[in-house]
Amino acid sequence: MNDFLDQIFVRAKQMLLPLLTGAPDWVIQLASSLINIFALLGVFLTLFALISVLERKILGRMQNRYGPNRVGPFGLFQPVADGIKMLIKEDIVPVRADKVVHFLAPIMIAATAILALGVIPYGRNMTPFAIDGGILFFFAVGSTTELAVFMAGWGSNNKFSMLGAMRAIAQMISYELPLIITTFPVVMVVGALSPDAIVAAQGGYALGVMPHWFVTTPWGAAAFILFFVSGLVESNRTPFDVPEGESEIVAGHMTEYSGFKYATFFMAEYFGMFAISGLAVTLFLGGWHAPIAGLQFIPSYVWFFAKLSALLFVYIWVRGTLPRTRVDQIMNFAWKFMLPMAFTCLVSAAVWHYQGRGLAGWLWSLGVIVVVYVALSRLIDTRKKFATRTYRFAE
Amino acid sequence: MSTAAFIVIAILILAAALAAASLPTLIHAALSFAVAFVGIAAFFFLLGAEFVGLVQVFVYVGAVAVLIVFTILLTRRDATTPDKFNWGGVVIAIAVFNGLVWAIFRTPALSIGAPQIEPLTVKRIGEVLMTDYVWPLQCVGLVLTAALIGALILVMEEKNSKS
Repeated sequence: MNDFLDQIFVRAKQMLLPLLTGAPDWVIQLASSLINIFALLGVFLTLFALISVLERKILGRMQNRYGPNRVGPFGLFQPVADGIKMLIKEDIVPVRADKVVHFLAPIMIAATAILALGVIPYGRNMTPFAIDGGILFFFAVGSTTELAVFMAGWGSNNKFSMLGAMRAIAQMISYELPLIITTFPVVMVVGALSPDAIVAAQGGYALGVMPHWFVTTPWGAAAFILFFVSGLVESNRTPFDVPEGESEIVAGHMTEYSGFKYATFFMAEYFGMFAISGLAVTLFLGGWHAPIAGLQFIPSYVWFFAKLSALLFVYIWVRGTLPRTRVDQIMNFAWKFMLPMAFTCLVSAAVWHYQGRGLAGWLWSLGVIVVVYVALSRLIDTRKKFATRTYRFAE
Repeated sequence: MSTAAFIVIAILILAAALAAASLPTLIHAALSFAVAFVGIAAFFFLLGAEFVGLVQVFVYVGAVAVLIVFTILLTRRDATTPDKFNWGGVVIAIAVFNGLVWAIFRTPALSIGAPQIEPLTVKRIGEVLMTDYVWPLQCVGLVLTAALIGALILVMEEKNSKS
């Protein structure tokens, strides 16, 4: 029964495919891929609609107001209303804009975001496209987002758009380094670049309660936090949303977009968020494994999406809590703190591995991280450099 | 199947390369160059060299194309105005092409059929990089570190001269 529920989607696909028996090989391959693609899009478009209304509800709750509550019960049909509004809006293209580039940018940005979702294992035997170098694929696809953002900024022929695109690319390139380097320890310890192998390596429980997730090791916990912060930056979320800081540069690279193109950007941003959170779940939070051995009867995909939702909630929580940082603060943080700490995770994971992966290794790797963290915070402590603020013109 | 894919990809690459060479606006040319990079990555995928294809996308589309685009943007004030057609460039391009063709046809290794190789997995590449090719790898690492430090020093000097 458990197994049946766990594999229900895989079975459904296996029942659909024999309908094509007799067709040439490539038709079956194509159909198999298309089923995966439609399932992926269906699930994540639904999740996008849900999250967009939930985010507004949660933010409303945090800011002591109701949030959307007019359309449908509890405002649940708000995404439908938003969608219709976006579709019937006029599509404005600036006269001086580079029409082709302006048109292609939202398509490219959405395509890359959707592609990145394809390699994440959503449950047991439920990876849409299980390729050998899945992690590399994820980052390769993710790195093309920068070009799409540039196209949006440059194609709009608008100062605010260009400034926003510059800011976005600068912070995305800076944080791609810690993002990728924090995945190295996991790849090193597992010895494979495929997400499925990484999830498989985190199976099993110590004493029946303690899962073997990498987040339970000191290097894993540190790398997870660094990865999560870098993910916040990569998806341009508050507190790192300077590329689209409304109070400074209108909406950054999205200034000249309206109607459905704007909605596409919005969707791509959320899909990017899902992809980064999904990868964080895969790398550090045990993928689709249950947290306790006794809870394994709950299907694997339920666990995956529970963990994903928890991370998405933290995204919204952070947005509702923290103010926007300055550009130079973001950059300083990336190069002076995130990057050295990411390398420390690498060293710490190596120490953990060569100390036998037991308690001794656990303590040693914790030691490495604590020592570097304390030293680094002493080194880049800027508080003493601040003098009392003086005002020249306002007294 | 693979022949059809080859032809489609080849046409894509040639069209993108032609666009990169002939489009009047520099940024358009740079963007079509990125399309050509993606096409070459598709070739690698077609040949079963998944890792190389991914690295191609990662390095060339993610880094080199962005670098080119930024170089154009930061160094030329007339990035949006069309360039005039440059006949000297055509001559140089034809000369380079002829030179390459001449060198390729004189390479004796081309007449030998490709050896049968086992399918290359990411794991195998990692092993080879860490054993047979560890010294070249370290040297590349050293060069890149030197480049990084050099870039930092360039930025730092600018900061000092201001104060």
